[in-house]
Amino acid sequence: MLDSVQTKERVEEILTAHIALEGALLPILHAVQAEFGHVPQEALPIIAKALNISRAEAHGVMTFYHDFREKPAGAHVVKLCRAEACQAVGADRVAAHAKKALGIDWHETTLDGKVTLEPIFCLGLCACGPAAIIDGKLFGRVDEAKLTQIIGGLK
Amino acid sequence: MKIFLPLDSAAIALGADEIALALQAQAKAKGIDLDLVRNGSRGMVWLEPMAEVQTPAGRMAFGPMDLADVPALFGDLAAHPKALGLTDDLPWMAAQTRLTFARVGVIDPLSLADYRAQGGLTGLARALEMDAPALVAEVTASGLRGRGGAGFPTGIKWKTVSEAQADRKYIVCNADEGDSATFADRMLMEGDPFTLIEGMIIAGLATGATKGFVYIRSEYPIAIHVMQQATLIARAVGLLGPMVMGKGPAFDLEIRVGAGAYVCGEETSLLNSLEGKRGVVRAKPPLPALEGFMGKPTVVNNVISLASIPVIFEKGAEHYKNFGLGRSRGTIPLQIAGNARFGGLYEVAFGLSLGEIVDKIAGGTASGRPVKAVQVGGPLGAYFPRALFDTPFGYEEFAGKDGLIGHAGLTIFDDSADMLAQARFAMEFCAIESCGKCTPCRIGAVRGVETVDRIARGDASAIPLLTDLCNTMKSGSLCALGGFTPYPVMSALTHFPDDFSRTKEAAE
Repeated sequence: MLDSVQTKERVEEILTAHIALEGALLPILHAVQAEFGHVPQEALPIIAKALNISRAEAHGVMTFYHDFREKPAGAHVVKLCRAEACQAVGADRVAAHAKKALGIDWHETTLDGKVTLEPIFCLGLCACGPAAIIDGKLFGRVDEAKLTQIIGGLK
Repeated sequence: MKIFLPLDSAAIALGADEIALALQAQAKAKGIDLDLVRNGSRGMVWLEPMAEVQTPAGRMAFGPMDLADVPALFGDLAAHPKALGLTDDLPWMAAQTRLTFARVGVIDPLSLADYRAQGGLTGLARALEMDAPALVAEVTASGLRGRGGAGFPTGIKWKTVSEAQADRKYIVCNADEGDSATFADRMLMEGDPFTLIEGMIIAGLATGATKGFVYIRSEYPIAIHVMQQATLIARAVGLLGPMVMGKGPAFDLEIRVGAGAYVCGEETSLLNSLEGKRGVVRAKPPLPALEGFMGKPTVVNNVISLASIPVIFEKGAEHYKNFGLGRSRGTIPLQIAGNARFGGLYEVAFGLSLGEIVDKIAGGTASGRPVKAVQVGGPLGAYFPRALFDTPFGYEEFAGKDGLIGHAGLTIFDDSADMLAQARFAMEFCAIESCGKCTPCRIGAVRGVETVDRIARGDASAIPLLTDLCNTMKSGSLCALGGFTPYPVMSALTHFPDDFSRTKEAAE
């Protein structure tokens, strides 16, 4: 875990690398999240000051987008597609199975901090659903058995 | 020995990376010099991962490949258990008209040499000899309309930007392909990124824009990677930069990544997001063509619209225009998804009937059960019952049946689908993704979920209420999210009334 001085230093480095972009806030937030795993609260005032926007605006942007996290996720992030093409081949069943197997609902993390379960609306894998993206790796035709196997393999 | 194996997301999701490792290991063990090309997908997703082996007769296809099928690829090919024959002779490939997707799956996506060898940059070379009004006129003459879903004539949009006076202008490519059932943008960017870059350069020449952005959704990590690499390559050889191809004006590109907001596929919301703001919709006017990115004249076009530009300039507007039906000119990449026996991408001239697409090309359902409904055009598109399968695939033809073709995605559902549940999901999705700017969408979608739930509990008096709410959302919303959510809801209610009354009967 970084202390607040180190956090500030890293955020400043990210700002230096991105500040010249036109409309730099999203690339900055992506870079901050890639660095810390979430967007730390203390990063927002620093970013706001550098971009000459209010803290409320920076907060508003960050919370508008589903991708940005206010808190760190679990060690593994399981995202299951909930969109129509995956529904047509059993995504709702697979989601119910995942919730039961993990003992959590959408947007929750298992008590041991191992797995976070999130919905995602379309990975463009609509001809080989149900689709999932787990720790950044894509999976197609995910049925209950395949999901059990994948979740079982997460350390 | 040369083998092609896709790097396409769908192929990878079905195990292509593992097959690639096995191929390399097997070749090494046998002392074979293997040239493994990671290409785009040919679009036959039910055959992925599909390997192709270069033979004197042409490329032979094998799929769907399992790890156990790898060793036999180095033996007698004709006897391989997954041998499909020559790729170009497969019925799915042979019957298509591939204009925009001509190179996807054929070339190494990041080889400019491959790209040129297959006709790439021919259109740009011709465009560089033309002035801006002639370029705009060519696009107008092609009849190309926005492939993102709105169907607005591309040439007219370009003309507005071209004639606007400003110190800076922009080309923004909308690659925020969030509609379920659509993956054409993804496949194009992963399989033939230089086509999109070439199309954007031509758009820059035609309008006087010198800077472009490709806004790609974060759910597409592979497309983002390929586009970033392609941009670096294009810049290194001078295709992008201060002088396009050493003779044109300046044009450069930046790849930007979205952050999981569906509404950013709406052009004004996308522009706000690109500017670093919340992705809320802007009221129009002003049109983005006059006041777009940073308040400057901006072309916002979908990936497929821009990627269709090179072939229009390579083969001529007339050639492109000669395909199609009515006011829907050229070809459309159909994306067949959901419960389809043969799912994937199929590029063809406008005009096939929905029934031909669903029964012949898609081969019905994967489950083998009867087709109940087909949602055309993504989450904001209508559900079509079999009774409307004679509708020809075209913008006006689908609008005439209270539907839309959108980005040309088709989700097939079998008879196990509950259309009331689908209507509820449409409202729920709108509530989750609403940007919150206008009331009919922000509040209406939440009330919509509640009203559908009342119907599900057997309260038939909620049906006229749902109809009334849909009318309000349709005519009162600022953008297509609130405005089109009534399409799936009302089509489900109109065409599948039994699903909306069944619960009450059960209760009684």
